[in-house]
Amino acid sequence: MRDALTLAGNRAVLTRANPLAKFAAVFLITLVLALSIDWMSASVALVCELLVFPLAGLTFSLLWQRGWPLILAAAVGGWSTSILSADSGRILLDVGLWSMSEGSLQLGLGFLLRGLAIALPAVLLMSCTDPTDLADALAQKARLPHRFVLGTLAAMRLVGLMAEEWQTIGMARRARGVGSRGNPWQRMRATLGQSFGLLVQAIRRATRLAVTMEARGFGGASRTWARPSTYSVLDVWVVLGGVLIAGGAVAAALWAGTWNMVWLEGS
Amino acid sequence: MPENHDGGVRPAAVTARGWGWRHAGRSKPAVHALDLDIRPGERVLLLGPSGAGKSTLLHALAGVLGDSDADDAGTSDRDDADESGELLIDGAPPRSRRGRAGLMQQDPETQVVLSRLGDDVAFGAENLSVPRDEIWRRVHEALDDVGLSHLPLNHPTSALSGGQKQRLALAGILAMRPGLLLLDEPTANLDPEGVLEVRDAVGRCLDKTGATLVVVEHRVAAWKDLVDRIVVLQPGSAADGAVLIDGTPDEVLEQARGMLTAAGVWVPGYVPETRRRSGAALTPPSGHNAGQLLLAAETLAVSRERPRRRGFRSVPPEPVLRDVTAQVRAGEALTVTGPNGAGKSTFALTLAGLLPPVAGKVSATVELSAGAGIDPYQWRAEQLIARIGTVFQEPEHQFVTGRVLDELQFGPRHLGHGEERVDELLERLRLTHLVDANPYTLSGGEKRRLSVATVLAAHPQVLVLDEPTFGQDANTWAELASFLSELLDAGTAVVSVTHDEEFTQVLGGTELRLGSGGRLEPRPAEPTSEQAAT
Repeated sequence: MRDALTLAGNRAVLTRANPLAKFAAVFLITLVLALSIDWMSASVALVCELLVFPLAGLTFSLLWQRGWPLILAAAVGGWSTSILSADSGRILLDVGLWSMSEGSLQLGLGFLLRGLAIALPAVLLMSCTDPTDLADALAQKARLPHRFVLGTLAAMRLVGLMAEEWQTIGMARRARGVGSRGNPWQRMRATLGQSFGLLVQAIRRATRLAVTMEARGFGGASRTWARPSTYSVLDVWVVLGGVLIAGGAVAAALWAGTWNMVWLEGS
Repeated sequence: MPENHDGGVRPAAVTARGWGWRHAGRSKPAVHALDLDIRPGERVLLLGPSGAGKSTLLHALAGVLGDSDADDAGTSDRDDADESGELLIDGAPPRSRRGRAGLMQQDPETQVVLSRLGDDVAFGAENLSVPRDEIWRRVHEALDDVGLSHLPLNHPTSALSGGQKQRLALAGILAMRPGLLLLDEPTANLDPEGVLEVRDAVGRCLDKTGATLVVVEHRVAAWKDLVDRIVVLQPGSAADGAVLIDGTPDEVLEQARGMLTAAGVWVPGYVPETRRRSGAALTPPSGHNAGQLLLAAETLAVSRERPRRRGFRSVPPEPVLRDVTAQVRAGEALTVTGPNGAGKSTFALTLAGLLPPVAGKVSATVELSAGAGIDPYQWRAEQLIARIGTVFQEPEHQFVTGRVLDELQFGPRHLGHGEERVDELLERLRLTHLVDANPYTLSGGEKRRLSVATVLAAHPQVLVLDEPTFGQDANTWAELASFLSELLDAGTAVVSVTHDEEFTQVLGGTELRLGSGGRLEPRPAEPTSEQAAT
């Protein structure tokens, strides 16, 4: 059961780690990167993350397919920082209002790398964690109320269904003469109507699902767990890995003298 | 606490004494003065017209009545609902008997709770605090019983067909070891193969466990041989008791055949009377151009998915169906058939100008387009509804107002003409007494009739229907079939996606069987001699 394939055939090592351990590791790395904008800590973290990637069953093409909006956002953030921030050092590029200096380029690069280094662990976590396992861990290990956790999990399954439903309702309404094309005002009205239709269907489905769950005995004070959420030696390594990446990033930045606490920036 | 840890099943007994239930906010009770005894191990089919409180009874027995109401659009509040008499499972109220009864509902999508097959089956047993080893033992056994043991435990539940989802739900119920199985129209949303799949799985499980069964289902033929008793309920508004007839299947079907068919029950061997085609294709009434080509699909490939972005690239979706060629002609029926997942609905929606083709094209002739352009997908919504009307499988998807009359006037108002047709449609589809009702509160048959009426109010020349007869009682079925045959005679083209053999027979015309390369199989309309006779 435990070494079953999750997430469409992903059998990588990290899929077997406890979701809470993975969460802790990602949290540590993100925390450190949030503290300082500098290219050194970000690139150390980024390199380490890329090395860990195969363990989560990710490849570069998969990463690009799933994470391209984040990667693009990081790139745009880095670019705009480098041309808009206050210049310092040698000017490298000057086009009217926009100029890029050594200092601003460095800051922009830090921004880009930091954006990537923060985004990647999240993509990594999602790629190797099954929502059901996460819910099991949250209820059994983190001791969150099981009614809440399992209710949310079941509702999440409906979200995918709702995406299909949205498309169907859109078509069904067009077949009634409600156009979703036209000027922005008409489109907004059409979207509002469609949202209402979706809301009605979502409530119906949720009500029926609630009946199903209740009829299966859900809602009692106690229950057993078919899938025990356990910690293993692997989880120690996962957390340790997180500590090492985070610590390594800080150490490298301090050694290179680039450590730059966010709230001290500009001083 | 659950009492069935040992794994054995003890069949449950049901007792109702003067039991009644009125939903919150309703003036009339859904069930009134029900007296009923069901012995342990008995298998009962519940029949009755819509509104007879069949679902209400099942929900009450499942112990889920009151806090959430699956059948009503309005919210219901337990404080306002009203219960009378007593309803007991093994001598105790159902609510105190968690796990004694298992309920299966109609909509397969909402019968699945978790995303992996094994987890979903285990869910109920977990809630009953069954020990872990015992849970997995039961999961394997239950999956075996319903015929799903060939799938791995981590099989994604979203990848199952409707019939498989219902069998999965049955497995989840069996893993709770209930003494009472409650099935609320378990096969109404399934195609014919799915119906048999689920029916047979239920039969096997009952033979094995000996559990008591109460099933509500309109299609009697599928369930008749599995049950040993039929109970016919009447609406809660009736003055005398709730049970109208009670006896063995053969007795009840013989004694009450007329009454049951009048109530819209699908009695075995009974095909409702429908109006016959007048043979419009042979002798078109003057003024109509029967046989005129209106719409054509050429080497069409279809998919519901839009082109996907992979990084910077835009990838066209993989079509579910390709190379379909078909013609839609005035006054002629085109029936689209084929197995589940063959892409029938997707094809119909593409033909109706609601989805863009992945490859190939849909083109309207000048007679249909009347200046709107050749590609229906490019038409504006008002242009579309006046030319091609589409009736969706789920009527609620198409409701855009909060009142039946507004719903019918919506199309004509947008078009600026045709409001005079509304009264005629109201009359013809028996909706006149409902003009002020909220569409969401209508019964299944009423919703279906309304959805057909609203689309026709815009006076389209082509009517596309997606599974119009799914889950409908025999009366609505007959009305619909008759009405469509009238439309055909009047020169409207009717395209219907359906699994329903009899319906296809009534409409005649051409059958497009998909999933076999999209070949056309002409199907003769009703025999000409009979047409002449009527």
